[in-house]
Amino acid sequence: MILQTLSFYLFASICVASGVMVISSRNPVHAVLYLILAFFNAAGLFVLMGAEFLAMLLVIVYVGAVAVLFLFVVMMLDINFTELRQGFLQYLPIGALVGFILLVELLLVLGSWAVSPDAGAALVATNATVGGTTNSHALGRLIYTHYAFLFQCAGLILLIAMIGAIVLTLRERVGVKRQNVGRQVARRREDSVVVVQVDSGKGI
Amino acid sequence: MICWNGLEPMVDFWQDYALPGAIIVAKIVAIIIPLLIAVAYLTYAERKVLAVMQLRRGPNVVGPFGLLQPLADGLKLFMKETIVPAGASRALFIMAPMLTFILAMLAWAVIPVDAGWVLSDINVGVLYLFAISSLGVYGIIIAGWASNSKYAFLGALRSAAQMVSYEVSIGLVIITVLLCVGSLNLSRIVEAQKTVWFVIPLLPMFVIYFISALAETNRSPFDLPEGESELVGGYFTEYSSMTFALFFLGEYANMILMSAMGAILFLGGWLPPFDIAPFNWVPGPIWFALKICFVLFGFLWVRATFPRFRYDQLMRLGWKVFLPFSLFYVVLVAGVLVAFDWLPTP
Repeated sequence: MILQTLSFYLFASICVASGVMVISSRNPVHAVLYLILAFFNAAGLFVLMGAEFLAMLLVIVYVGAVAVLFLFVVMMLDINFTELRQGFLQYLPIGALVGFILLVELLLVLGSWAVSPDAGAALVATNATVGGTTNSHALGRLIYTHYAFLFQCAGLILLIAMIGAIVLTLRERVGVKRQNVGRQVARRREDSVVVVQVDSGKGI
Repeated sequence: MICWNGLEPMVDFWQDYALPGAIIVAKIVAIIIPLLIAVAYLTYAERKVLAVMQLRRGPNVVGPFGLLQPLADGLKLFMKETIVPAGASRALFIMAPMLTFILAMLAWAVIPVDAGWVLSDINVGVLYLFAISSLGVYGIIIAGWASNSKYAFLGALRSAAQMVSYEVSIGLVIITVLLCVGSLNLSRIVEAQKTVWFVIPLLPMFVIYFISALAETNRSPFDLPEGESELVGGYFTEYSSMTFALFFLGEYANMILMSAMGAILFLGGWLPPFDIAPFNWVPGPIWFALKICFVLFGFLWVRATFPRFRYDQLMRLGWKVFLPFSLFYVVLVAGVLVAFDWLPTP
């Protein structure tokens, strides 16, 4: 038990500290790296709670994919961070307000205050080992059996958002040489090679 | 009964923490040491295999048949000077190769070598492997950025895009296997292949897995991140001595890891090919090692055979060929399992 408590405080304190570093470090790349550290420690906290499936998903999705793209973009953009920092005090009240609202919401959730009588049951259903099943079974039953329709709707919305982003950024450029593999494979010798008998001293 | 009030917590401490801790450390050492030896001799095997395929002799001077060559190479790298470029981000520059190496070692915690021979038999073993292998890109991308060199940076960007693209198809391949097993536990995946190895019903997925593993480990024909003819050395252009060696060890350990994953997912892990007399006399770990060697030979064979891909061809293969095909195969396998009522029951 002592080991769990110690590791909880280790993960939690590193998580909070790296969260602070995300918003206070001068270099944007360092900030993203601290963000990754925060994700990683949050995954550790999930494991301590017995939610190992969620922990692995957090690492795969956020650390393995989302943060890589973040890092990719931040490295390529030439951001002048001191300039970005200019409006820090100006935006502070709004940021503080958002933070306060999130805090209140968290307190409401943890204070077991529920709008509908079913919300409490849903909370219990997500608990790690309901009726001896593993994490992944419990989550699968919840998402694909009880809330299949909502889950599919969420997926559809994400798909539409993705298509929208692609449509917004797609531009047809002229004069770009692209390889069309189908056409290249379909080429025949007769279409592309001409054998010419050239008389010496005359040229073609 | 005399109560040793002062001593009792000490006994508890020994029994509850120190002894299990020591056993875990011993197990870790028992995994890491053979792994490092395997990495060293994989470099030797690679040079020998390439040499034979190109009608050369390969390393044959140091020791009998050149068997001590990996040790000599290691010693040489160890004796050299570590150079940190003037414009580099020092801490990250040193951290990147360590990260690559540590991640390559970390994944072995869940690999089952035989029934019950595993350091940590967790329920979400496959996801753990997938998560750790998806972190491997950080070592490379941090190295490229921290070097403050354009070649290294270009190599790192290429590698990031490449590894993220091919992870998608590896994920779908894993899903297909999981559909047939009904569990995320690696030992259960191997046990589910008692009757037939998954390589037979899922052969196309094994091919996709193998090619994606080549791309994921930055091996030729997908070794664009290091592309020596255009990027000098790619992401490790600026690295020397032990920092370079750690990248090298990490890359080869990742190759062995990918091969082990292929052996577990498709080739039946520690199971013998037929459960009859001469085959099941051979212990499981030896079968597992043989299967890993089989896949590794594929890695080397491909390197000796194929020229390097162009970058747009690489992306096309990942997104326009592998992704639709593996998605189709996931749906097909799920459909067949449901139609014939073959779905595994948890």
